[in-house]
Amino acid sequence: MAGTYVLALDALETLFAALQRDGRRIVAPVAVGDRVDLRDVQRVADVSSGHVQSVMSAKDAVFPKVERLLSYTMTPGAVDLKDEPVRAVPTVVFGIRPCEAAAFAALDAVFNWDTRDKFFNERANQLAVIGVACTRADEACFCTSIGGGPDDTRGSDILLTPAGDGYVVHVLTEKGEAIRALAPAVFAVPAGAPPATGRLADVPQVFDHAALTAKLPGMFDHDEWVAQSLRCVGCGACAFVCPTCVCFDIQEEADPKQGQRLRCWDSCGSRMFTLHASGHNPRSKQSQRWRQRVYHKFSYYPDRYNMLGCVGCGKCTRACPVDMNLREHLVHATEVVL
Amino acid sequence: MSESFEPKLTAFVCNWCTYAGADLTGTSRIKYQSNVRVLRVPCTGRIDFMLLLKAFQRGSDGIIVSGCHPNDCHYTSGNYHARRRWMVFQDLMSFMGIDTRRVTFSWVSAAEGAKWAALVNEVTDRVRELGPYGEYHDMTRKGVA
Amino acid sequence: MNPIQQKARELMEAGTARVVIGHAAGTFGRRRPLVARSVRDLDAMVWDAACVTNLAGLLTKQEVRAAGPVAIVGGTAMLRSLLQLVAERQIRDGDVVALVSADGTPKVLDSVAAVEEHLALEPHGMPQADRDGIARLQAMSLQERWAWWQAELGRCMKCYACRQTCPMCYCPTCTMDVNRPQWVPVASHDLGNLEYHVVRAMHLAGRCVQCGECGTACPVGIPVHLLTMFAEESAARQFGQRAGHSAKLDYALSTFRPDDKETFIR
Repeated sequence: MAGTYVLALDALETLFAALQRDGRRIVAPVAVGDRVDLRDVQRVADVSSGHVQSVMSAKDAVFPKVERLLSYTMTPGAVDLKDEPVRAVPTVVFGIRPCEAAAFAALDAVFNWDTRDKFFNERANQLAVIGVACTRADEACFCTSIGGGPDDTRGSDILLTPAGDGYVVHVLTEKGEAIRALAPAVFAVPAGAPPATGRLADVPQVFDHAALTAKLPGMFDHDEWVAQSLRCVGCGACAFVCPTCVCFDIQEEADPKQGQRLRCWDSCGSRMFTLHASGHNPRSKQSQRWRQRVYHKFSYYPDRYNMLGCVGCGKCTRACPVDMNLREHLVHATEVVL
Repeated sequence: MSESFEPKLTAFVCNWCTYAGADLTGTSRIKYQSNVRVLRVPCTGRIDFMLLLKAFQRGSDGIIVSGCHPNDCHYTSGNYHARRRWMVFQDLMSFMGIDTRRVTFSWVSAAEGAKWAALVNEVTDRVRELGPYGEYHDMTRKGVA
Repeated sequence: MNPIQQKARELMEAGTARVVIGHAAGTFGRRRPLVARSVRDLDAMVWDAACVTNLAGLLTKQEVRAAGPVAIVGGTAMLRSLLQLVAERQIRDGDVVALVSADGTPKVLDSVAAVEEHLALEPHGMPQADRDGIARLQAMSLQERWAWWQAELGRCMKCYACRQTCPMCYCPTCTMDVNRPQWVPVASHDLGNLEYHVVRAMHLAGRCVQCGECGTACPVGIPVHLLTMFAEESAARQFGQRAGHSAKLDYALSTFRPDDKETFIR
């Protein structure tokens, strides 16, 4: 099932056409002014290639920012409750980075922890990921510090690595093989060894994540979390652009005749996130909320799911209005003398 | 369309002037088109600008907001505050592309029964001409996966 | 050590300021807010042409309020926010000292009178680029503007970066957070996004100092500052009252004149 192939750049259009004929929606990074957004695309020419990362992650494909869970209508004495069908459409996310592809596992850990979330699973079943390895990185990236890398294959169904006039292609999963089978002609079997890939992004490792995870329980009350969060304003930019952040809010929108129940993204950075009905708020200070963010990703995720809740993509750093640089904060945390 | 469109109008009116004026319209047996649902508030000063958008959200095609003439407010200055609010909100609605032709602000006193009828008829005719506010109504259903 | 940094240090050493809010070097050559609690923290302070952010939003942060007297570095936008915050009784005259650069020379403004005097000498107003942005929109038809804003607001995810960085959005419980009743939908669907931005623009009309931080903060590049700046211009044009000029409250939407003029009320 797994296999290595070569794909010419100008053959991508044929692949796109095959995906579309198969009824699949293609979502890819698109340059819009000075931003790169993930959007529905029709043609390869629309796909951006010179960028490091898109602003938003691809998690919207499996965990939308607003999702209807159920709806109902009411007449006197009767409620007609409608379970919502999951409106999942066969989708291929094309051109996301290995870090972003690896992030889906962190979402899956929560959505299939005890209850099997039917919405997430239906969307995940309909999703295939064609990742593209990185030839460029920037100051916000730190995939190599969390056990990833610019050509990491985890989470991709197919990984493309730039090589000469095209890509070396690793077909990694059954979903990837099913895609290859839609356009077998464009996946050339290399004669001999596959061509050398281009230079991959240089992402120096800057901290030891295992050491950090081991250290965190002993520094829960340290002033470091206050110092790091003094400029944090408690918005949700980091949580919402993050490919692994999974917290959500359930909103009921109803009037006397009808209603709908929605699942919406939420952020642990906001003041009311842990506000109890009693009025007590165990995380009333920004420093407690910032600490929670770090601990959730680097301490509680390893405890509970045996994996980190962070893929080192750096989207949080790029999106943050006050430049909370996560890589920098994590390095500082490892350097704190207890 | 096989059926001709009848606009839904919502009117936010103050108790002391316009509501009483509309009452007078009735007691005077003046007929006017019945597309309007009248919501009575104590004073136009109470009208939050969001109420207008809520009316559109709930299916209104047109809105009337009406109260006491300046200097005649039962609470002295409520309508002055309302006027300021409307002056900014009108601008903002237009800036965001919300159809201000569908929103009518007016001063109708308790003695102006005829004016109320004329106003409602004129607004009803105008909004019927504009058609349903489908753009806004469609938007309220969008963006949910 | 640059002169602004030196002056900040003096203020801290003299006890005039327990906390200094300024700028430090950030990622990608950006500048980031610095909240210095000690002289050692001040080592990171920079002052250069890239230090343009209005940091006044940090003044109402719970931790900063609790820390004691504050010194804040900045330009005219910050000073106008300061005046507006004093006018709205969020800061007391004397609790905050402003540190500005008069052509490189640090100047300490330790009272609202000093701030007002300094502002009178400095040019300030809505940036031309934003005037142009608003003009471009006003040149469109109503339909075009609707389509344009719907497309922009479609990217909104209600992260509230705009609200959280705005110096005037300091309400501990924002109207968006009130759920009895839930006046504006929390969800980031099209209606929820439109209503939120309408509410915020109206709540800023007459209060917005047009610093543009909200638009800069937006991670998905929606020019939300055009909405609040527009609302401010509307209030200023129609009522002759502007935010951030005086420590005495002069708020257009809580005042009125019996002869306010408009053309659309029948």
